[in-house]
Amino acid sequence: MRNSVVTSIKKIALKDKNVMLLSADMGFSVFEDFEKELPKQFLNVGISEANMVGVSAGMALSGKRCFLYTFAPFVSMRCFEQIRIDLCYQNLDVVLIGLGGGLTYAKEGSTHQSVEDIAIMRAIPNMKVFCPADPIEAEICIVEAYKKKGPTYIRIGKSGEPRLHDKKPKFSFGKSIHIFKGNDISIFSTGNMLKTAMDTAKILKDKGISVNLISMPSVKPIDYKAISFAASKTKCIFTIEEHSIVGGFGSAVLEALSKLSIMARIKCFGVNDCFVKYVGDQDFVRRKIGLDSDSISNKILKKLGI
Amino acid sequence: MKNKINKLTFTSMEVRKKILELITKSKSSHIGCAYSLVDILIVLFYEILNVNKIKSVSPDRDRFVLSKGHACVALYVILSKLGFFNKKILNTYYSNNGRLAGHPVFGSVPGIEASTGSLGHGLSIAAGMALSAKLDNKKYSVYTIIGDGECDEGSIWEAALFATHHKLNNLTVILDKNGFQGYGRTSDVLSLEPLRRKWEAFNWNVKEIDGHNILQIYNSLANIKSKKPLLIIAKTVHCKGIPFMEDSLMWHYRSPKEDEFKKALCNFGDKIK
Repeated sequence: MRNSVVTSIKKIALKDKNVMLLSADMGFSVFEDFEKELPKQFLNVGISEANMVGVSAGMALSGKRCFLYTFAPFVSMRCFEQIRIDLCYQNLDVVLIGLGGGLTYAKEGSTHQSVEDIAIMRAIPNMKVFCPADPIEAEICIVEAYKKKGPTYIRIGKSGEPRLHDKKPKFSFGKSIHIFKGNDISIFSTGNMLKTAMDTAKILKDKGISVNLISMPSVKPIDYKAISFAASKTKCIFTIEEHSIVGGFGSAVLEALSKLSIMARIKCFGVNDCFVKYVGDQDFVRRKIGLDSDSISNKILKKLGI
Repeated sequence: MKNKINKLTFTSMEVRKKILELITKSKSSHIGCAYSLVDILIVLFYEILNVNKIKSVSPDRDRFVLSKGHACVALYVILSKLGFFNKKILNTYYSNNGRLAGHPVFGSVPGIEASTGSLGHGLSIAAGMALSAKLDNKKYSVYTIIGDGECDEGSIWEAALFATHHKLNNLTVILDKNGFQGYGRTSDVLSLEPLRRKWEAFNWNVKEIDGHNILQIYNSLANIKSKKPLLIIAKTVHCKGIPFMEDSLMWHYRSPKEDEFKKALCNFGDKIK
């Protein structure tokens, strides 16, 4: 996903000399080509996220389009107030790219995990929040963020994630991507949980349950039509995210239902409201906290009384 | 030059009087710091900045960012006097359904280049503007005013490192050293000294001036030629100009009561409208 993001930014930067790529000292072995080819459009500000955001605001106020890059917890939390005031209050065209969203870097401990970022980013007026599931969605998110005005947070994984879409899906700002059609239940997945959601849908299909599976890279704005359709056409909605159950993607779906005044059965799967205490890789930690396809499908079956 | 100084001094008295009226009427805070930086603002806007380009929002305009946004009433009065917006708008300062909040909002009125008020933000924004000028081969200069208490914020020092690393000699920071912060004197709360040496250690070109001496302010800002960004430490007095209110933290918070307002007005005489 990371390489797809950098390639997409580079394509845009080659056409628009006002596009800048800013890093808070991240991107070793990733940005060298970009820097070599477009030296005036690359800026490593050092390990100073607050300054990076402020500088990008000053540059945006002077006509630049900045993409900011560092680890997801650092770019969303360390400099939260600069994001809120300098970028969102002024509604500036700056894109924040959070590397290693969720439990991507689970082994590194909670300092490098990012399971509150969706909640805090989407709480700020004017901010858009994208969580792509694979390299193709990531590429589309970068292009969409560049096309749209105002600040955007894009939460990505790392490198080497598999492509989950055979061909480029139709997706834009505020829309979702239909993965499987189904009539019994709906599963909404955001970001890097899509593979787990697909596996869950397959397990449920083997049990005779037909799943309407939707990938939702655009958490804010969210696809109200897809949520309304799911609530009216299927018995139950399940949301899956690699994020705290407090304030994240599931909460966004719940808020959408509230806004639409729709009563629906819904259950949100995510990280419980605690710091992850397990040491291990992403898959290991997901299994320990019940965010793998076996655990989720079992809980769904239980909820359905099967 | 003497005439010019007299004229600017007269203008500073007019601006001070209007600030007093606005703060008293709206019962707002921060008269102390508005008065400590008003002379600096007057020299900047009347002598240094290319004001017509700022008015027309030219890409080549100089930029001014008021990092210590809580002193913005002084900026509002000066912008209004210079014709950025009319007096009717000025008189809505800090009032219901008004356009001028207690901290500057980008886009609220012409001349406000950035939303500020949370301390420690403006210097990074100004540095981003200054770097953009360099990248785009533009000749404009960027100015910002920070407070001494604001230097407690770590982000100031992140930006200070950044500005010298990128040789932003088109960036000038004026540090309004009025000696107060929220809970007391800066020397009691969190000592900043040796302030000059700190900035010099960050590789800035540093000057020290009397922040109420119009000539010194002008000389420090005119014809800046340096390979480094410039920091001007302006020694100021909180609430300078109204003797019974000077150098007291109370006037960071309080607005004058009617009798205090009348007493303060006596400082301006009949010639100041």
